[in-house]
Amino acid sequence: MSRTHIVGHSAIRVDGLAKVTGAAQYVDDLEFGPGLLHAAVVESPHAHAEILKIDTRAAEKAPGVVRVVTGADFPYTFGLYMSDRYIFAMDRVRFVGEQIAAVIAETPEEALRAAKLVKVAYRPLPPVLSLAEALKKDAVLLHPKLGEYQRVPWFYPKAGTNIAHWRKTRKGDPAEGFKQADYILEDTYTVPRYAHCPIEPHATTAFFDMSGRLTLWASSQSPFAQRDVMAIALKPFGLTHRDIRVVTPYVGGGFGGKAGVSMEIIAAVLAIAMKGRPVRLHWTREQEFRNTSQRQGVIARIKMGVRKTGEITALEHTLHWDAGASAEYGANVVNAVGLSATGPYRIPHVKIDSVCVYTNMPPCGAYRGFGYSEFHFGLESHLNRIAKAIGMDPVELRRRNAIREGDTLAYGAAMNPGNLLGAMDAVAGEIQWGRKKKSKKSHKVIGKGMACFWKAPALPPNASSSAYLKFNEDGSMNLSVSGMEIGQGFLTVMAQVAAEVLTVPVAKIRVETPDTDRNAYEWQTVGSHVTWGCGNAVRAAAEDVKKKLIATAARGTKRKAADLYLQDECVKSRKDASFSLPFRDYVISGIMQPDGRFIGGPIHGTGMFMPEFTTTQGDPETSQGGHPNVHYTVGCAGVIVEFDKETGKMDILKVALAVDAGKAINPQLVRGQIVGGIVQGLATALYEDIRYAPDGRLLNPNFTDYKIPTALDCPAEIVPIILETPQPDGPFGARGIGEHTMIASAPMMANAIEDALGVRLKTMPLTAEKIALALKGIDYEEVKGDSLGFCFRGRPCDYPFEVGGGIS
Amino acid sequence: MKKEIFFQLNGEPRRVDVAPHETLLDVLRGKMGVHSPKEGCGRGDCGACTVLLDGKAVRGCLVLAMEVEGQAVTTLEGLGRDGPRALQEAFVEGNVFQCGFCAPGVVLAASALLAAHPDPTERQIREALAGNLCRCTGYEPIVKTILAVAKKKKGRKAKPSSAPSRRTAS
Repeated sequence: MSRTHIVGHSAIRVDGLAKVTGAAQYVDDLEFGPGLLHAAVVESPHAHAEILKIDTRAAEKAPGVVRVVTGADFPYTFGLYMSDRYIFAMDRVRFVGEQIAAVIAETPEEALRAAKLVKVAYRPLPPVLSLAEALKKDAVLLHPKLGEYQRVPWFYPKAGTNIAHWRKTRKGDPAEGFKQADYILEDTYTVPRYAHCPIEPHATTAFFDMSGRLTLWASSQSPFAQRDVMAIALKPFGLTHRDIRVVTPYVGGGFGGKAGVSMEIIAAVLAIAMKGRPVRLHWTREQEFRNTSQRQGVIARIKMGVRKTGEITALEHTLHWDAGASAEYGANVVNAVGLSATGPYRIPHVKIDSVCVYTNMPPCGAYRGFGYSEFHFGLESHLNRIAKAIGMDPVELRRRNAIREGDTLAYGAAMNPGNLLGAMDAVAGEIQWGRKKKSKKSHKVIGKGMACFWKAPALPPNASSSAYLKFNEDGSMNLSVSGMEIGQGFLTVMAQVAAEVLTVPVAKIRVETPDTDRNAYEWQTVGSHVTWGCGNAVRAAAEDVKKKLIATAARGTKRKAADLYLQDECVKSRKDASFSLPFRDYVISGIMQPDGRFIGGPIHGTGMFMPEFTTTQGDPETSQGGHPNVHYTVGCAGVIVEFDKETGKMDILKVALAVDAGKAINPQLVRGQIVGGIVQGLATALYEDIRYAPDGRLLNPNFTDYKIPTALDCPAEIVPIILETPQPDGPFGARGIGEHTMIASAPMMANAIEDALGVRLKTMPLTAEKIALALKGIDYEEVKGDSLGFCFRGRPCDYPFEVGGGIS
Repeated sequence: MKKEIFFQLNGEPRRVDVAPHETLLDVLRGKMGVHSPKEGCGRGDCGACTVLLDGKAVRGCLVLAMEVEGQAVTTLEGLGRDGPRALQEAFVEGNVFQCGFCAPGVVLAASALLAAHPDPTERQIREALAGNLCRCTGYEPIVKTILAVAKKKKGRKAKPSSAPSRRTAS
């Protein structure tokens, strides 16, 4: 690959100055004038209940109230992959906090006050708050209409059960594989739910104008997907894609939580109810926790066989996911894991069952890592335990099984390039793997842990991207894309790709956040795919512009196009060193001819990208035959931790993480993703600890009781390592890395705990309390009390992994 | 019940009618068109609403508007009035912030720290920012940049001194 001048260098963020001066506008910073109305929702106090009656009369008479809306006004469902989510609860409520009605008033205070006056009569139903209960024969059903929901063809819901989706992957003959094994380990791991906690809660203002046009200003990762989902759900109002416009200013953090549609559709229907006046709806921190989406909890059984020499012969990986009250997005997390739960290893015989289960808890969906953090906890813990049992170094065990380019994946397709062995070497070197470190304090002990990771974007096979580029009079440019700047630096990276092709400085390219009426199409900003997918579209648009620059210059100056090239914002000639035509001299006004005519005109270009090689049409029983994933990004992380042997308290002395970015278009932004992802991952590993009461109420929906890291809770040293094995179909060889950086955190910590203290924790989070109990010989499962982290209680080793009623 | 209050907002005298229950954050954002202080939690946990009250960093969501009568309130809009300061420039140069939602609070909290302690240790910086939650950056680039800006300023004032300060483990 030829040398690059802008790609591969750490350009200054195009949004940097706006963000440190307060100029950056987020959705609630937009002003809508004195006509703005405010909404508050009425929420269910029950996890599962039939709605008998909703009495809105008192609320309607309250001061300032202009309208009260219920499900009777908007009896529709919606969803990104399956339409199982209700705009307002209709016949029944399915989780504590579900929206039943909304009050629209002149002020936020009046809306809130009146919402408390809405009287709802319920008949409580037995709540489904246990995966085992949800899966037994004759279970109480959350969605009796499951078979009727619209869905994508690669979801397999089981009507008449609580199973929203079941992804099965079968490769080889596991029975034969286990026969070949010298050692087999089987055990169960649990990972609770987690909350995204972007610092900006969800917010949407919607306006249905008198001409029937619906505009939403939303805090969202998915403007186009939102428009599409709403056009489908709101079709009964005659709304088409042309009538709906979604504008997304800067977003104050997403992490997957602002992908797809959640509360935005409530704002949309409230605006429809109040034609002619804008309506604002914004979630409180508490609502952000319980009524957007959470990360799913999971219980996973892993059975793995190995030879004495370390080769893995077979893997059976069964995962039961607590999806919550709707699975319109969460089922795709389950699907992604069902295809990839081998981890980055070549395993000849594989059986994966990933089962998405409805429960009466808040809905779940995408969260940075998309299921991979969850399954890697068990898998990468399991590998260390196997290594110990067969007397092999755990890194050596991973080396012997590490996946390489061309290896056959569990679903039959071939692995893409990626340097997993290089990542392991880099991390092992950085944390001096194999060398014991002693604490200077007698009550403390130091341990080391490593874990590998991989992840693919989970996209529909037609998740496409596009880009428009145009010149301004002075040779500056506007780049239009609709990937979302959620902090990762997307806008800057796209400007760098265009800048590289066109030799225009990044600082001369303005690239802004999306507006579905005006910007180029992008499916949505998820799966760490936009650098890759949208980057390809931007590169194509830039090549289109380049072609026009040269063609116009050739025609206007009577030169051969083949002799011309771009350099320093000018067209130059290989044949004539004296020729140099600055872009600014002709990109709008054209090139003046001796007779006074002008040749050329405003130069612009377009580009698009479709991953044309992907298909989800594999066999539902085996997943063989499809090519559902575009590529995997691989890497490795390692940690050095000092533990207090009495209290279990941990000080993280050093973390190193190596990821194969293909090509780091902006290395500083890649390092930013690594450092941020490690800290977020460590928080989920060590202390973010969601708790539900036995009746399904979320107990800690705030930052006082659900701890996210502060500046005082960071590792003493973080070493980001970037590897670059080019992705052949990526822009300049790039592939995504954003989500990957938090995947290894939990298993690497579990492995370090065992290294230092000899105890193995199999239940996340790996709190100091759990370590201290384990050191005292107390089984945490015996003393954990009755609050839940997800729909599971009891001892993980007793969980049967059964599905009743003969369903398979 | 409403009362008119007077205070300095970003160096200019302002008056506004406020109700007893209204917070400074509500009034700045809702009545005065000042949007850089953000609401992230509404209960003093996240620090996104940080503003300076007579130079001290406070939570806009925990201060009642009536309390600021006669005082000086500074938001990010006021800090950068004469062009971005050295700290803001360093944050831009280092590509420090990601989503940027916490940035107004962090910039103000860091400015207040550097005004009170021109040469803080890393530990002091981390403590001063412990009430400003950031979900994106892992804090490291923020802390390092503040440290570097303080060192540079000190270097300009006095003769360049001894070894760099030791990293304090957290």
